[in-house]
Amino acid sequence: MSGDILLQVKGLKKYYPAGSSLFGRNQRYVKAVDGVDLAIRRGQTVGLVGESGCGKSTLGKSVLRLIEPTQGSVEFEGQDVLRLPPKKMRELRKRMQIVFQDPYSALNPRMTVFETVRSPLDAFGIGDRQTREKKVMDVIEYVGLSRQQMHRYPHEFSGGQRQRMIIARALVLEPSFIVCDEPVSALDVSIRSQVLNLMQDIQRERGLTYLFISHDLSVVKHVSDQVAVMYLGRIVEQASRTQIFSNPQHPYTQALMSAIPIPDAGHRRQHTTLEGDVPSPLDPPQGCHFHTRCPQAVPRCAAQAPCLRETEPGHWTACHLCSGTPQKEGQA
Amino acid sequence: MSPAAAPIPGAVTKERKRSYWHDVFKRFSRHKLAMAGLAVIALELVLVLALHLDPYSMNTDSGFGAPPSAAHPLGTDEVGRDVFARIVYGGRTSLFVGLVSALVSLAIGVPLGLLAGYYKGVPGVMVMRLADIFMSVPSMILVLVLVSMIGPSIQSVTIVIGVMGWPQFARQLYGSVLAVREKDYVQAAVAIGEKSWRIILKYILPNAFAPVIITFTFSIASAILQESSLSFLGMGVQLPQASWGNIMYAAQSITVLSQRPWLWVPPGLALLITVLSINFFGDGLRDALDPKTKL
Repeated sequence: MSGDILLQVKGLKKYYPAGSSLFGRNQRYVKAVDGVDLAIRRGQTVGLVGESGCGKSTLGKSVLRLIEPTQGSVEFEGQDVLRLPPKKMRELRKRMQIVFQDPYSALNPRMTVFETVRSPLDAFGIGDRQTREKKVMDVIEYVGLSRQQMHRYPHEFSGGQRQRMIIARALVLEPSFIVCDEPVSALDVSIRSQVLNLMQDIQRERGLTYLFISHDLSVVKHVSDQVAVMYLGRIVEQASRTQIFSNPQHPYTQALMSAIPIPDAGHRRQHTTLEGDVPSPLDPPQGCHFHTRCPQAVPRCAAQAPCLRETEPGHWTACHLCSGTPQKEGQA
Repeated sequence: MSPAAAPIPGAVTKERKRSYWHDVFKRFSRHKLAMAGLAVIALELVLVLALHLDPYSMNTDSGFGAPPSAAHPLGTDEVGRDVFARIVYGGRTSLFVGLVSALVSLAIGVPLGLLAGYYKGVPGVMVMRLADIFMSVPSMILVLVLVSMIGPSIQSVTIVIGVMGWPQFARQLYGSVLAVREKDYVQAAVAIGEKSWRIILKYILPNAFAPVIITFTFSIASAILQESSLSFLGMGVQLPQASWGNIMYAAQSITVLSQRPWLWVPPGLALLITVLSINFFGDGLRDALDPKTKL
């Protein structure tokens, strides 16, 4: 636990309307993010894991208001991001940036590397032409691209190099917080560690704070200080990396952990295999969202949604079956 | 200072700054059909603008409706006018009407389509329903009414055809803008603080514009044809002023069609070749503007 809280998310919800009957009654919603509380400390990396479709990316983009959330609050450096007028919000974008998942669609195909990386500086009118150019060249070299390739277009680069361009574009404004939305899942395994290490080096040198979204537990284990596990729009467990990997408490987390392959031929262990698919977020189960697939479910799970409670110091779990003192307020 | 100082393998060591338009020109010049199209259009423009012939001089030596000869390479028409000269003068009208009315349609349709696609919601619905209304009214009748109100002339025909043509552009662009605005790089542009107008002009328009070029070339062709129809109905370019359309429409009788092909084949060919050249030119331009096309 080091540093003050940089980003505080409270009760964040994002509902997408999903069709209604002819006269507008019974409006149904896809509850992509359904009441999330999350705090990120300065200089730390919070890993956000979950299956695809559980709302990780929606949460990450809602925090930056690239998606307008339905409800809740996001406090960044003491300002309520969701209630800022457009001008102030734009100003704030200097401080918070995003690295996208798919390097093939996150770059404007009609802009060269140089133009792409310079565009944030142009947008905010930072410095004169020469300072801008120098900054751009510095950051391009910093992420490991060569100065000679500056005037090439994105399609002339590989996935890993494009991801470096995206990182350079995010870095050039010198933000303090970056949402990394599955930054390596579209990359070849051989390139992954290069990009991950680059991102870690940047964090160390510049004191950045990351919200690191991934579905890959080994990647999250590699980069995170804190880990939050998400299931169907809610956070079911949150703890430090060591706690969550050594002592997972929520049955869902336990199932996830048991799915990590262990590179040891002699190793035999018990698998917790989850039955069935993730229920539709259009019609999530009553009570605990996970009870339909939970191997340990009891009748209470179907009736009442559990809230996050501290099951050991610094370790929060949303499960009726985990003992602990209820401290954090409920989500449902 | 770099945490990833290792240079990327295969990096080219010397590379100068290439200008985008230089590349566009290079790519275009590799496109053979487009270059041929450009050459034909250029030749036509030179012919049409530079030649001074007198099509109205009656030439009784050659007679009326005379077949091609040395003095009249494409023969003469029913009233003894030189057909070649008529085609040259007609080309002046047809090319003007085609180009200018397509430009008018583009100038109205592109901004409307862009805004409709970018802002969706109420502006989008308004623009697109207006386009539907324009497209569901029989345009020929509306054009007739408008032209008869303003009075038939080359200018009025051009403007009316141009104004009536905007929905094509707006709908085309609306569709591609809807697709492009969902791309991650548009979201990235918001994230790096780009202003709306820059997002529209630098991120959305260049990536959504390719189909508009094709619409533009088709629109030129269809405007030339529309002008011909109008001329036929007496609401277009008025005789004795020539256009390719009214030269052909003047050659409608069975006798002319079967016995005097020099009255309708040459203007038809001129129209065909022009429309083809414009389309090839458009194809080449679309490919040349895309940086992804190989140099």
